[in-house]
Amino acid sequence: MESMLDTGNTAWVLTAAAMVLLMIPGLAFFYGGMVRSKSVLNMLMMVMGAAFVVMILWVLFGYSMAFGTDQNGLIGNPTEFFGLEGLMADDPEASLPAMAFVSFQAMFAALTVGLIAGAIADRAKFGAWLVFGGIWAIIVYFPVAHWVWSAGGWIFELGVIDFAGGTAVHINAGAAALALAIVIGRRVGWPKTPMRPHNLTLVMIGAGLLWFGWFGFNAGSALAADNSASVVFLNTFVATAAAGLAWLAVEKIRDGHATSLGAASGIVAGLVAITPACSSVSPIGAIVIGIVAGVLCALAVGLKYKLGYDDSLDVVGVHLVGGLVGTLLIGVLATEAAPAGVNGLLYGGGADQLGKQAIGAFAVLFYSLIVAAIIALIIKAARGFRVDEDVEVSGIDLAVHAESGYELGDSGGGGAFAGVGHAARNKEVQA
Amino acid sequence: MKLITAIVKPFKLEDVKSALEGQGIHGLTVSEVSGFGRQKGHTEVYRGAEYTVDLVPKVRIEIVVEDGSVDDIVDTIVSAANTGKIGDGKVWVSPIDSIVRVRTGERGAEAL
Repeated sequence: MESMLDTGNTAWVLTAAAMVLLMIPGLAFFYGGMVRSKSVLNMLMMVMGAAFVVMILWVLFGYSMAFGTDQNGLIGNPTEFFGLEGLMADDPEASLPAMAFVSFQAMFAALTVGLIAGAIADRAKFGAWLVFGGIWAIIVYFPVAHWVWSAGGWIFELGVIDFAGGTAVHINAGAAALALAIVIGRRVGWPKTPMRPHNLTLVMIGAGLLWFGWFGFNAGSALAADNSASVVFLNTFVATAAAGLAWLAVEKIRDGHATSLGAASGIVAGLVAITPACSSVSPIGAIVIGIVAGVLCALAVGLKYKLGYDDSLDVVGVHLVGGLVGTLLIGVLATEAAPAGVNGLLYGGGADQLGKQAIGAFAVLFYSLIVAAIIALIIKAARGFRVDEDVEVSGIDLAVHAESGYELGDSGGGGAFAGVGHAARNKEVQA
Repeated sequence: MKLITAIVKPFKLEDVKSALEGQGIHGLTVSEVSGFGRQKGHTEVYRGAEYTVDLVPKVRIEIVVEDGSVDDIVDTIVSAANTGKIGDGKVWVSPIDSIVRVRTGERGAEAL
């Protein structure tokens, strides 16, 4: 039998998967630059460590839970593709090899869990975080990915549009971040003590890598190298540019200065918001979504000071709020001319789609919020979720990982006296 | 012998150093320090949150000299470090009881 393999599509999906993988270190740098120098390594490690755990879970049974045969709209059959051995054989009828899709989706799962880490910078036990990430992936991410993207999933069947993860990735991670920030509590000294970002160039490198990788995330979600992927690609960059400008405009008016952290944050806010909507709006619609996301996220990051929760790196303000903006505005700005072929409120489609979008968005929000809080409370009671206060104040990098990020400054092992201890150690080794 | 301690703006270090080269000093020590005087600090904004940074980076220069050359050297430092703007720094002079050169064990003015 002649193979149906489409090499162009396969090449694009594999490339897109690698681009999404690059978002994981990109996210680590984006977050890592925003923390203080004494905890940069711990932030990088939380993002990378979560990826290790989730990738293995995905191969064992996560893919089956998300994309296995539907059970009542809630979950895929977890044992169906256990270990993925059954997916290795070359299927001549598949235009895209199963393993390409499995790998592409694995990166989404790994990245989504890492997003949550930004809420609990500087203070979480590394082991407790990895346990949380694994359990949250199993109980929340895998089922929600099934609801949203798998045939038979209840949100999918409802007709909710979430092209690349406004609900499954960003609202999901943002709600979990809110729960975790509340359960774990504020950092010592927050909000009185200044906690300035220690490396804004690293933040911008991270934002740049995220922007690049996001073309794999969004355009790759077309699962084909075609017109739909190309429309998505264009909407993805133009919404991002609009959100970056909008965030800077808010800062200039409110604070008097357009900042580089604002630009980097605007990039991410725009990318988050266009993620669900990139297949269903026009380029002008994408610009509108970018502007709304840039303005609302720039305002939302201030809420934590009023409400008193220490979402350290604004996962709620950027991912939860940005995800809601994109998911809900589909109901307003969707146009039949776009690949998804649905009309929203402004294009004469009525409020029907908007209602569906709201149901999908808030169902995921509350499910993730509640389950994440329960998981975190259990871990907190069982083994503790926070490092000791003296470790948090002196720096989590040195205490938990026995490293310091920089051989300069006062972050721990660095500075003028760093060589003294090393010399003593070397002598012992020589003796 | 006197110890001259000067706190100056970091970008003025090179000017002070080259001005002192013709003055017959025997050596100097430089360190990066932070503090505040009348200049106070400045304000930074991150995602809308304002942080007041009240310690300003400065450079501290320390020189030990014979009693006779104190005034000349202080004048040299002051004129080289001066910009006329707030935050130019301070120079003070304190007595030194004793000084030893580590390599030879020489003491007093010989050790300078």
